[in-house]
Amino acid sequence: MEKIQVQHLNFYYRDFRALQAISMDVEDHQITALIGPSGCGKSTFLRCLNRMNDTIPGTRVEGKVTLDGVDIYAPDTDVVALRRRVGMVFQRPNPFPQSVYDNVAFGPRVLGWHKQQDLDEIVERSLRGAALWDEVKDHLKQDALSLSLGQQQRLCIARAIAIQPEVILMDEPCSALDPIATLQIEELMQQLKERYCIVIVTHNMQQAARVSDWTGFFWLGELIEFDHTETVFTHPQHRLTEDYITGRAG
Amino acid sequence: MPRETFDRELQRLQDEMLMMGNMVEQALTESVESLKHRDREQAQRVITRDRQINAKRFEIENDALVLIATQQPMAGDLRVIAAVLDLASELERIGDYAKGIAKINLMLGEGPLLKPLVDVPRMAEQARSMLHRALEAFIHQDVDSAKSIPLEDDDVDCLYEQVYRELITYILADPSTIQQANYLLWVAHNLERAADRVTNICERVVFTVTGEMVELGGGDASSS
Repeated sequence: MEKIQVQHLNFYYRDFRALQAISMDVEDHQITALIGPSGCGKSTFLRCLNRMNDTIPGTRVEGKVTLDGVDIYAPDTDVVALRRRVGMVFQRPNPFPQSVYDNVAFGPRVLGWHKQQDLDEIVERSLRGAALWDEVKDHLKQDALSLSLGQQQRLCIARAIAIQPEVILMDEPCSALDPIATLQIEELMQQLKERYCIVIVTHNMQQAARVSDWTGFFWLGELIEFDHTETVFTHPQHRLTEDYITGRAG
Repeated sequence: MPRETFDRELQRLQDEMLMMGNMVEQALTESVESLKHRDREQAQRVITRDRQINAKRFEIENDALVLIATQQPMAGDLRVIAAVLDLASELERIGDYAKGIAKINLMLGEGPLLKPLVDVPRMAEQARSMLHRALEAFIHQDVDSAKSIPLEDDDVDCLYEQVYRELITYILADPSTIQQANYLLWVAHNLERAADRVTNICERVVFTVTGEMVELGGGDASSS
């Protein structure tokens, strides 16, 4: 079942049209990977899905993006509530300079959940969900910045799922990580997809092939091909996709 | 070109496979020639060279696996490599058929054949020619040729039927010919199987280009 539906989405940075008539259905409990060369619009597209681009002056959106059938660009949309439902994990791990515990409890506290026992439960559940609990359960008061980069990224995932989102957007979540930490995040994604809808932007085509169920290939602001990952990486329908994934274009 | 090194390696892999194809073609031709001329030395050479064919197959397999492991090929490139792996094993089996024919020549001992070979060399030439063109179709990614070559398998099957009927006639007329006629029937059968395997190669060519697995020809080409 589709969680997000995008219809004829155009996105402008002032006069520049960065996305051209993108239409895509994003399935729930699946991982959708967005690939393409730098500047092709894949990150811009990702950020349209929780209106993160709203914060950039001079930008404009046309078309429709719905979450569970409801238009997220409708005038009455509560953007804060939207971003609670559609969480985000960024390229570089960006934990707050606080303890491991406080990082995960940050979102729930902002939402007004203050009961200690509830917070303890949420922190544990989120850290377990991010496959980090066993490594940090005895060091919850430790400064989050003292963790390894891979652990920090999983902490950011724990922080994202602490507020119980429905969709997790990941913008190059492994590009700052070593291969082992990368594989840990990829394994984690397989567990997370059982509960969430995941959309990931990645430069690493092998990663897209390994982790995703669906792959979208962007080129110069257009969605050239969108299909089952198996199809895209074994017999893509478009010459441009073939050239890109075989390393002959881009 | 962003992938010059990879492209060069992929080309080399295909060249190796063509080389193996030439070795197999030669084995087919020479095995039947050796039988026709009762040349035991030539038969022995075919048998010895089959080891080189087998070694080439392993070399190609290894090179293909290294390319997969080190270059992470995708899509069309991946299909080419998968096809090379498959083709190498088909070629190896065709080489075995040739070796089998050479062995039969040795088993038949000295002395003339009960009849001059006419249709068997024709079968061998037809199978060899089909193989040669199938490999060319692979190199040139020529789907049309790949689809038309298996149709010629019917000619090989007809020749096989002819050889079969002829040898049965010999057996009925003179039961002392049973052993030799039986051996010659094996020869014809080997050639018939070789042509079937060319059909498998043609199916691979179509897969390489289109990504679709299709059954070509009317016979039992997919069975081994």
